[in-house]
Amino acid sequence: MIEFQNVVKKYDNGVTALNGVSVKIEKGEFVFIVGPSGAGKSTFIKALLKEVKVTSGHIHMDDMEITKMHRRKVPFLRRKVGVVFQDFRLLPNKTVYENIAFAMEILGTPHRNIRKQVPMILALVGLTGKGNYYPNQLSGGEQQRVSIARSMINNPPILIADEPTGNLDPDTSWEIMKVLRTINRRGTTIIMATHDREIVDIMKKRVIALENGLIARDDKIGVYGYDD
Amino acid sequence: MTIKPIFTLKEAFKNLWRNRLMSIASVSSVTATLMILGIIFALIININAMAQSAKDQFDSIQAYLKEDITAVEIDAIITKLSAVNGVQSVAYESKADALVKMKESWKDNAYLLEGLEANPLPSSIIVYLKDIYYASSVLIEINGLSGIEEVKSYQDIVEQLLSITEAIRKAGIIVIFVLIAISTFIIHNTIKLTVNSRQREINIMKYVGATNWFIRWPFLAEGTLLGLFGAGIAALLIRFAYDAVFEIMHTDFYVLVSAYVVLPEVLMADIAFLFVVIGAGIGALGSIWSMRKYLNV
Repeated sequence: MIEFQNVVKKYDNGVTALNGVSVKIEKGEFVFIVGPSGAGKSTFIKALLKEVKVTSGHIHMDDMEITKMHRRKVPFLRRKVGVVFQDFRLLPNKTVYENIAFAMEILGTPHRNIRKQVPMILALVGLTGKGNYYPNQLSGGEQQRVSIARSMINNPPILIADEPTGNLDPDTSWEIMKVLRTINRRGTTIIMATHDREIVDIMKKRVIALENGLIARDDKIGVYGYDD
Repeated sequence: MTIKPIFTLKEAFKNLWRNRLMSIASVSSVTATLMILGIIFALIININAMAQSAKDQFDSIQAYLKEDITAVEIDAIITKLSAVNGVQSVAYESKADALVKMKESWKDNAYLLEGLEANPLPSSIIVYLKDIYYASSVLIEINGLSGIEEVKSYQDIVEQLLSITEAIRKAGIIVIFVLIAISTFIIHNTIKLTVNSRQREINIMKYVGATNWFIRWPFLAEGTLLGLFGAGIAALLIRFAYDAVFEIMHTDFYVLVSAYVVLPEVLMADIAFLFVVIGAGIGALGSIWSMRKYLNV
């Protein structure tokens, strides 16, 4: 469970990215965060990962209060939250296998378990047999799947996806969405920021629209609702 | 988090190989600075050794006795001086001893002394000092004694020598510290380039939930390895260079000086230790320093 209580974020340059956001996201939900550029989507996600320190308000994740968390504890927060980015953020000089294994090595997982689990997660995202490829040998869709596999390998209860389909063509985007839906069905909460109207309209999931740092809309089964 | 040394070392070696151009640049800069440091160190060691052996030769005071002095008086002087603080031993040199000595030192020209009717050389007492630092205090004691004609000490030379070696030592230490600072800065800069080119990687590690120390260890190992490689190469080069110089000193007409030159084995023991400590130190320091700002994501 994630709860924002009256969260305000003012940047040093005077921009108010979040201006009193209160929202509750239950375990196992699939939530789209939509809104025009500069509405506060990125800050919303950064606040969840404690990449930025909020000016006021509280953010709870299960029994943790993110806003009060010590800097040293941040790595442990990030292990509970898988993250997928628009630009994939894979380590270019590591193979697909190594990229995914890396997330497990951080936790000190024994190599025995790593060898067992990486092929399983590769199968889940549909990349069986691609373990020895380097990221630049894969298509954009495949790279995004690797990044999803990496974010899911430690079974985090929450997955945050920041425009995961932003760099992909529509067909590939749908393949990624299928993977995310599969993951969501296994019980993982998914929060996805997106500009992709078609995806939001067809998926029929909860939509939270941010505008000028405020929640403009929060529909249980929503639509994109902007004319880009 | 537990540190896994094998994993860390493996990662470090892998990364050194993958960024091999950068690695070569770092190793060469460590090698270059340590070489200069080594040369200065060798110079200081040798100057110190020369000063030490020169001091050992000047650690005595010769007091020439009056012609009419009696044996009893001489005995009294010897017992008195033996008790003075800083005196190692006291020896009596008779007129005959002095002549024999002079003949020895004149060698081939000693026949010139044959024609002497009487021995013109005075008898003397030679006071050997425990250390050159006692020279002035012992000298005061000797001057207070009766029956002494003239005192010959090397105090002026010795004092000059002491001040020169002291100055060289101080200058050397300053230069070494400056060099260490410079080479740390160079390592800092070269590793910063490596860290810079891997900023993305560090960023990703942070997102996946790596702790700062988990990220830092491989870089630390890398920096330390770079420093150690540089130290090893520099030590080998210094070894060859010093051996060559030592060889020249012993075959050519420098033979007179070469007696004071420190043996390569002795020097290398010091240099190896110094290089390993400094190399690893600046490597580790440089890497921690260079990645500080990249960890705040």
